[in-house]
Amino acid sequence: MTTSPADRSPVPAAEAAYDAVAYDVVVIGAGPAGLAAAASASAQGARVALVDAAALDGGQYWRHRAPQDGARHHDWAEYRRLRAALDGAAAAGRLDHLAGHAVWHAEPATDGGFTVHALCDGEAREVRGRALVVATGAYDRQLPFPGWTLPGVFAAGAVQALLKGHGVAAGKRIVVAGSGPFLLPVAAGLAEAGAEVVGVFEAGRPTAFARHPLVVARAAAKLAEGAGYLRTLRRHRVPYRMRTTVVAALGTDADGVTGARVARLDQQWRPVQGTERELACDTIAVGYGFTPQAEIPVQLGCAMAMDRDGSLVAVVDERQRSSVPGVFVAGEACGVGGAQLALAEGELAGLRSAEASIGARPNPRGLATLARRRASQRAFAAVLHEAYPVRPGWQRWLAADTVVCRCEEVTAGSIQRAVIDLGATDPRSTKLSARPGMGLCQGRVCGFATAALVAAHGGRRVTEQDLRGIAGRPIAQPVPLGVLAAGDTDEA
Amino acid sequence: MTGTPKALANASPKTITFTFDGAPVTAEPGQSVAAALIAAGTRSWRTTRVEGRPRGVFCGIGVCFDCLAVVNGRPGQRACLVEARAGDVVTTQEGAGRDDLAC
Repeated sequence: MTTSPADRSPVPAAEAAYDAVAYDVVVIGAGPAGLAAAASASAQGARVALVDAAALDGGQYWRHRAPQDGARHHDWAEYRRLRAALDGAAAAGRLDHLAGHAVWHAEPATDGGFTVHALCDGEAREVRGRALVVATGAYDRQLPFPGWTLPGVFAAGAVQALLKGHGVAAGKRIVVAGSGPFLLPVAAGLAEAGAEVVGVFEAGRPTAFARHPLVVARAAAKLAEGAGYLRTLRRHRVPYRMRTTVVAALGTDADGVTGARVARLDQQWRPVQGTERELACDTIAVGYGFTPQAEIPVQLGCAMAMDRDGSLVAVVDERQRSSVPGVFVAGEACGVGGAQLALAEGELAGLRSAEASIGARPNPRGLATLARRRASQRAFAAVLHEAYPVRPGWQRWLAADTVVCRCEEVTAGSIQRAVIDLGATDPRSTKLSARPGMGLCQGRVCGFATAALVAAHGGRRVTEQDLRGIAGRPIAQPVPLGVLAAGDTDEA
Repeated sequence: MTGTPKALANASPKTITFTFDGAPVTAEPGQSVAAALIAAGTRSWRTTRVEGRPRGVFCGIGVCFDCLAVVNGRPGQRACLVEARAGDVVTTQEGAGRDDLAC
């Protein structure tokens, strides 16, 4: 099994017939976790493929426009360090960065390794490896509200991506709403870019911090970051209101968003009558935390669990191993916790996947340091999850005709009928009778809300089974029929 | 490449021009079609299959498929992921764009 890098012909990455190569480690995703995994695995001598859908690496966290851009990013020095390590590994023939490769399926191969299927410019590609590191990250979690399909309502992450990745402010007069610490950098970035931020409306009231002074002290750097954003908002006179959110987007199909209706929420997030206000704006940026991109671990049959933030995540052990031998998971896909946690988990996954594939022993002291960093960041993530829970009262701001599934235009009323009149008992049976989650996004956007609504109509809580039923996506990206019809070339 | 003289004159040497439903739109190199359209004040370029409602960018990172557009004759392209290139012809997508979207 073990081959040293010197045994392999040094093919330049651009010309490499990588379809034919068996890599030691294939890393899926080039955000903080994936970059750290690729860097540490290649430093251990493993031959690594870093597969990512975007043209530039960095993921959502280090999204940037050109190699020299990004100096204003947090932890940019860390990105530069990883980038330099990866450039060195690439020059030494140990790393192929396969940019522009959208992974749509991963499966065990007959030789005991794995085959990762990707699309690049519409062409089918296969990447094979002995070990796999899944570092697919997360996207904004959404709760539907009346009017949220109007042009001008954006996911908070979209507003951030437009700004950081493309230099474009999404609007001129912007309301930022939802829950979680991510709203702060989004609002601060907009204000600094010259947009008028009407207000930041945080549905929660994060009080859990007070109960965990030690954990917070250990993660002080992260809190200092938050304080910096708050200072920026104050400087731009942007109000920050807790236990308040956008309960409706106002506007028309022709004009898009022209305003936001905000309301105070009670402890359970039920809108408090008589507190509604209408604010003029052209843009609403909204997000309620994050949903991990979990379909690759689900495809591979990895054990999954419902994390304390209500997300479906891959279960990993102290080596970042999933329940499937040879499959490692790092970053948000095994629990939403931010970039610092993703970096520690990615580095560990890289070391351990290199150990599993080529037998390279990691340095015990390095492992101990990484384990401490991971423990501290995980504790902080747990406090954040406790501080920013999604409360069930949000369902009260829906009307019967509020769209829940944006793709198939399925309303809250249709979902209720599917459960109450047609006897659907879980999100999957609801999907079959009312079609939520049946569209092109495959339930990524509405899955959390649909699961919550179906469970609530059935008088029960959301389960891991509910979430897994939504996250099962055998084909994770739209694939031309010709590619599927070409069939399984593994055995050829 | 198309573009009114004014648009071309205003464009810095580094910008590129594509068309959206026939009208010129300028973009900076590396910008997505969606980002260039939003910068130009266009918020929607698709109508939904069932109710014909307007949509544009929602998730902005390739997850939601709301921002589909027809790019150089190919429907179903996620405008938030497609990099704008000089001379691209981008048009509004109605519903699935055409029946054989998956091809």
